[in-house]
Amino acid sequence: MGSRASTLLREEEIEEIKKETGFSHSQITRLYSRFTSLDKGENGTLSREDFQRIPELAINPLGDRIINAFFPEGEDQVNFRGFMRTLAHFRPIEDNEKNKDPNSEPLNSRTNKLLFAFRLYDLDRDDKISRDELLQVLRMMVGVNISDEQLGSIADRTIQEADQNGDNSISFNEFIKVLEKVDVEQKMSIRFLH
Amino acid sequence: MEENWDVAFTFFKIWFSAMVGLIMLPAMFGVSLGITEVYMKVLVKTLEWATLRLQRGRGEQQILKQSLSSGIIQRGDGSMEQEIGDLRRSRPKPQVGGDFTLSDVFYFNRKGIESIVEDQVTQRFTSEELVSWNLLTRTNNNFHYISLRLTIMWGMGVVIRYCLLAPLRITLATIGLTWLVIGTSLVGLLPSSRAKDWLSELVHLMCYRICARGLSATIHYHNKENRPTKGGLCVANHTSPIDIVILANDGCYAMVGQVHGGLMGVIQRSMVRSCPHIWFERSEMKDRHLVTQRLKDHVADKTKLPILIFPEGTCINNTSVMMFKKGSFEIGGTIFPVAIKYDPQFGDAFWNSAKYNMVSYLLRMMTSWAIVCNVWYLPPMSQEEGEDAVQFANRVKSAIAHQGGLVDLSWDGGLKRAKVKGTYKEQQQKMYSNMVVGDDSSD
Repeated sequence: MGSRASTLLREEEIEEIKKETGFSHSQITRLYSRFTSLDKGENGTLSREDFQRIPELAINPLGDRIINAFFPEGEDQVNFRGFMRTLAHFRPIEDNEKNKDPNSEPLNSRTNKLLFAFRLYDLDRDDKISRDELLQVLRMMVGVNISDEQLGSIADRTIQEADQNGDNSISFNEFIKVLEKVDVEQKMSIRFLH
Repeated sequence: MEENWDVAFTFFKIWFSAMVGLIMLPAMFGVSLGITEVYMKVLVKTLEWATLRLQRGRGEQQILKQSLSSGIIQRGDGSMEQEIGDLRRSRPKPQVGGDFTLSDVFYFNRKGIESIVEDQVTQRFTSEELVSWNLLTRTNNNFHYISLRLTIMWGMGVVIRYCLLAPLRITLATIGLTWLVIGTSLVGLLPSSRAKDWLSELVHLMCYRICARGLSATIHYHNKENRPTKGGLCVANHTSPIDIVILANDGCYAMVGQVHGGLMGVIQRSMVRSCPHIWFERSEMKDRHLVTQRLKDHVADKTKLPILIFPEGTCINNTSVMMFKKGSFEIGGTIFPVAIKYDPQFGDAFWNSAKYNMVSYLLRMMTSWAIVCNVWYLPPMSQEEGEDAVQFANRVKSAIAHQGGLVDLSWDGGLKRAKVKGTYKEQQQKMYSNMVVGDDSSD
């Protein structure tokens, strides 16, 4: 008569997720119970609809882009492992993690956090933010409130500021450079309770 | 063979007369023999002991339990202005054109991820989490290790709940409901008179008291001086259909609702014969004007029973109060707010209608330990000058939330089934646009 949640989530699985994502045992079990409550189809995976059912996410101007980040290209289901891998980007960076072996970069490193933000803009996943992509994302955020013309000039200026090689788009390296003064570690983190 | 039947028959007779003598009759006249009190005392002691055992068994996991009740994450609570302003601090404001930085998405992103991990709305539609295990298997999701003594205790609990309490409760509820149908139908045959009203109230009260015993309900009423009076409108937060039984134990109400089929339909049809409840056909329900008019007529007649309305329109899990639909507040008349809060330790009263139908929900209730709840009658409220129905509804809602110790949410309970309206997203976009181009230059 153990708990239902623990019989479905095996101890080995928890260990693997722990190693991969850095979440603690109790965080994993709590997030698993959240995962199962979102999983209305009760098939162990989440679909886009499962995410869209969260009202606060549905009213988020970038809600669809954020949901998209949970799904590997071409797939429309995400399992608990994948769910946790994406969430791991938003773990705060702890002191003992800073000087780790650079070969195995943790999911919640500054670079990975930035890459996640970069991909919110990079609609076609070609590792470049074109003017068109920037415009589309801007439009999602402002809705109908700002004219095409004004939005266009905002996009132009933003690309100009970031673009270094003159290809009229922003690469990931250029993206990092522009945001080098921003406190990414804190702003792209969520305070998970232990 | 004959003998066996005799034994069974005698046993049945004793069982039945004990039930009638010890439970039914006292229930009908609203007196208590103190059996429930003793049961509750034993129960509280047992659960306290179980909690102690659990804690001793895993002292090191104390922290987990504490954070369980407070959630998975600590959410940022800054406004959009503050947070984006913070993000933009690292770069100067441009001279011309709109103000935008690539890091603005961090704000939306964090809000989005936070809502995926933990949100205000969807978790209100699932059973609330307990701070300590109450020895029911169904709530055992977060409590893993259990000692031998606890297991024995749990086993005894199962036997008592399923073999003793459940049959007793089912019999009582059946008798209560049958009596309700027969009694109200009989009273309905009488001509309209004060005697009829009096009898009708008596029958209703008796049935609800028997039903309450059938759920082993221990109800604490507070501030009885504020009880709804005739011609008033009683407004309460909604956790389950049992709310009606709970409130009707302490006074009669005219119910408002949709006509159901099946068992509910039979009960509804007989109830309306003896006392003016307001049932609507499904098709009529859509006609808001008609609904309001019928309610107005009822309230205008000061001899009629107070109307009971659950303005949330859906069951919430006993942790919060969600948006009150403004319709009930457009009727006029005095509003009598009532806060109902169940004690989750003895059984989860929330009806998760997406998961359980009415009958299996009631069976779950009858195999729980007991229903313990507090009912607070709040001082009557009426609409103030210059206040529209929505503001008034919100004021009443806050009062109920505050009194019941519930979280006051502005989200619509209808989100349980429907999708969120696009206008809320537009509001967010508007707010952000103002940060990009400034309030005045958007035209």
